[in-house]
Amino acid sequence: MAEKPKRLNLNQKYQLMTRGLDWETTYQSMDEVFPYDRYEGIKIKDWDKWQDPFRLTMDAYWKYQAEKERKLYAILDSVAQNNSQLNISDGRYMNAVKIWMQGVTPLEYAAFRGFAMLGRGFRGAGARVACQFQSIDEMRHYQTQVHAFSHYNKYFNGFNQYSRIRDRAWYLSIPKSYFEDAVSAGPFELITAISFSFEYVLTNLLFMPFVSGAAYNGDMATTTFGFSAQSDESRHMTLGLEIIKFMLEQHEDNLPIVQEWLDKWFWRGYRLLGLVGTMMDYMLPKKVMSWRQAWEIYWEDNGMALFNDLARYGLRPPKHHEAATKEKYRITHEFWSTIYQFSHATALYTWIPTTEELDWLSAEYGELFDTVYRPRYEYWQELHEKGERFFQKRLPVVCNVCQIPIFHTMPDDPLMNCCLVSEYKGTKHQMCSQGCLDIFNREPEKYCQAYIPPQQIYQGNCGGASLEDYRKWLHIKDEETGEYYGSEDHVMWEQWQAQAAKPTGVAPAS
Amino acid sequence: MSIDIKTTKIEPRRVTFEHIAEKLGEGKTPSRYQEVMFGLQHEEVFHYRPTWDPGHEIFDADRTAVNMGDYEDLLDPRRYYYGTYVIQRSRQQESLEKNFAAVEKRGLLNALDASLIEKIRKVVIPFRHVEWGANNNNLFIAAYGFGTPITVAADFQGMDRLGNAQYITRIGLILSNNDPAILDQAKSEWLDEPMWQPLRKVIEDSFVIKDWFELHVLQNYLIDGIFHPLLFQHFDDEVVANGGASFAMVTEFFVDWFAESMRWADSTIKTAVKESDENRALIGGWIEKWLPVVSQAAEPLAGFIFADRSSEVLERISDQLAARTGKIGISARAA
Ligand SMILES: [Fe+2]
Ligand SMILES: [Fe+2]
Ligand SMILES: [Zn+2]
Repeated sequence: MAEKPKRLNLNQKYQLMTRGLDWETTYQSMDEVFPYDRYEGIKIKDWDKWQDPFRLTMDAYWKYQAEKERKLYAILDSVAQNNSQLNISDGRYMNAVKIWMQGVTPLEYAAFRGFAMLGRGFRGAGARVACQFQSIDEMRHYQTQVHAFSHYNKYFNGFNQYSRIRDRAWYLSIPKSYFEDAVSAGPFELITAISFSFEYVLTNLLFMPFVSGAAYNGDMATTTFGFSAQSDESRHMTLGLEIIKFMLEQHEDNLPIVQEWLDKWFWRGYRLLGLVGTMMDYMLPKKVMSWRQAWEIYWEDNGMALFNDLARYGLRPPKHHEAATKEKYRITHEFWSTIYQFSHATALYTWIPTTEELDWLSAEYGELFDTVYRPRYEYWQELHEKGERFFQKRLPVVCNVCQIPIFHTMPDDPLMNCCLVSEYKGTKHQMCSQGCLDIFNREPEKYCQAYIPPQQIYQGNCGGASLEDYRKWLHIKDEETGEYYGSEDHVMWEQWQAQAAKPTGVAPAS
Repeated sequence: MSIDIKTTKIEPRRVTFEHIAEKLGEGKTPSRYQEVMFGLQHEEVFHYRPTWDPGHEIFDADRTAVNMGDYEDLLDPRRYYYGTYVIQRSRQQESLEKNFAAVEKRGLLNALDASLIEKIRKVVIPFRHVEWGANNNNLFIAAYGFGTPITVAADFQGMDRLGNAQYITRIGLILSNNDPAILDQAKSEWLDEPMWQPLRKVIEDSFVIKDWFELHVLQNYLIDGIFHPLLFQHFDDEVVANGGASFAMVTEFFVDWFAESMRWADSTIKTAVKESDENRALIGGWIEKWLPVVSQAAEPLAGFIFADRSSEVLERISDQLAARTGKIGISARAA
């Protein structure tokens, strides 16, 4: 007669299934086996104190994720079969999705590889396993996105050459340099940058506009993969919070390092999100909420509450967050004005918002919008109607850190341009803000390596010195770029609308 | 408003993405596998050198001595992308779960002959650490390998090994009625018993290999190619022959898993060998260097399991591996 099995609690069992597998190596030193997890100066006294942020064994993971994938692919198949792209709010909307595929999907890929590095790199087995789940999740994200957008690519421009422009295009070096900054750092900084600063602190500012925006605008494919990724993201967020607590509880010397990282990655993430905010204010024909409102809810309320909580670990809110809040009334308008003038050097279309949309922006942004940005748009609209659509002839100067064109203004003066210079080894480097300047000055050796596309173009390293040569080097055809109205996407969209409006001659079933 | 599609003529502008059309030829529709294997790894304009490896770019072909004209040729014959991978594994875990439930409900494993249980405890339970080592090594390939097809498949392989280690852990807990002491005991044997030391040394040595393709050959081809048949084919047969059919129920997954993982290892290595004589020589050299070490590491374990039959069993395993090596296009054999 077999004796009755003992009961193991979930936590014990999970430990046996993960870190219980691990051992201290003796034939090779642990420092040789895990060569990268000490050079950043983070001190870990006892990896056993790591609290597993989630407890998933492989069998459960396979099961849950397979259920999610079955549902997701059933919907992607039906989107393709039913031509659901016809149900989006307007042809302009698709440009938001192009930004996602050009700028965000490549980051999901890089996250897959980066988290594999962490899944191999930390000497604590509990942390390693948690990062391995994130690695394979991020692989899921890049793959489901490619599969979702593959259908849109058949009809709309701007998806076709995503693999080429990802590395080359000046405006995509904003997200690319952001992620490469994190992956080229050590493992603790990488996980702080992505799992905490981005996924925990700022993720709602990305998720809410994109996924809710997709739902509002009739985009089934994006809505579906977005919501399906949400349960993965909640795992990543708990991992982000755990790593911060863990570092701070392990050794007091870790606090100043972590604080500097939070300062840096808040600003880096905030700058990147400017692109997302612009998308939500300008590219969504049906609005979810304005950037200003999102910033108030997700940063000023939720973000600050989080940092109040973290005060007990000795952390303070990230440097320059006040400047970010001051910019909330203008950042997206400054950004859209820039993309509008340079969209002939992108695989995106841009446009002047309709009167109704301008009214919405006036209501959301008030006086500053009405005095500064609206008149500018109305002027450009007049030019366009006269057949003189306004484009810049040269690419803009970009910030040496965030790589965004230097269009930003002073925190306390929205009419005064901000361009700060740092000289390093005899070369002058321009930055868009005090936040980026601080980042540069902390690691000049890193940022002076940055590949600054406009400089490279004019040095002739990108197919030639003219914008036309550059565009060719990017594999972007003339008709895939510039003004939306009159573009191939617009013409196609109008044809679909016209066909849909035609009476079919068949009485609808009553 | 939703549009009545029956009245709308919809002409696609293109079949697929530009880089895929160039690869497959104009007008060809790619499979979902191909869509997510090609053109994904960042290729150029890297902004910063890794602080952890300033001699290389973040993704860099020079992290292996194997040279490929196109690293995207290292495709997975199973054509797994995330969706098909998790769906396949979930089916397998569902059927394995039924086996575990049956075995646990009727106490089938614990009903085995005591000497057989003791053998399983000494041979199979410490093997969870070997699987964990394989997890570590495949994550290395996923992280620092070059090209999407090999790194994606290595990531799956890494997670599979975590799964294998967890299934072995469950077998241990069934045998001990959930007393974790059985795992502590197995770990101390793994760390100290002479029988395991040559294998533990190879695995720890593999942890410091920097060339990811060499690591792929050592881990997924040689270590697995000898130890998986030893445990889950020959030892399995031995247990079953002695009345332990229920043991085969809980190890079923390892057998299926090894059969498919072998296809992946063989096919990727063969592709690299076929690419050039330099690759052939290089990979042949790695096999020559590591095969004797791995084979010798199997001897004490085989001796413990099979006693005087052990050299016969090892002979059969090395014949099987030599046949695979021949098919890959390399003639190498343990010295
Ligand atoms: Fe993701
Ligand atoms: Fe994530
Ligand atoms: Zn900047």
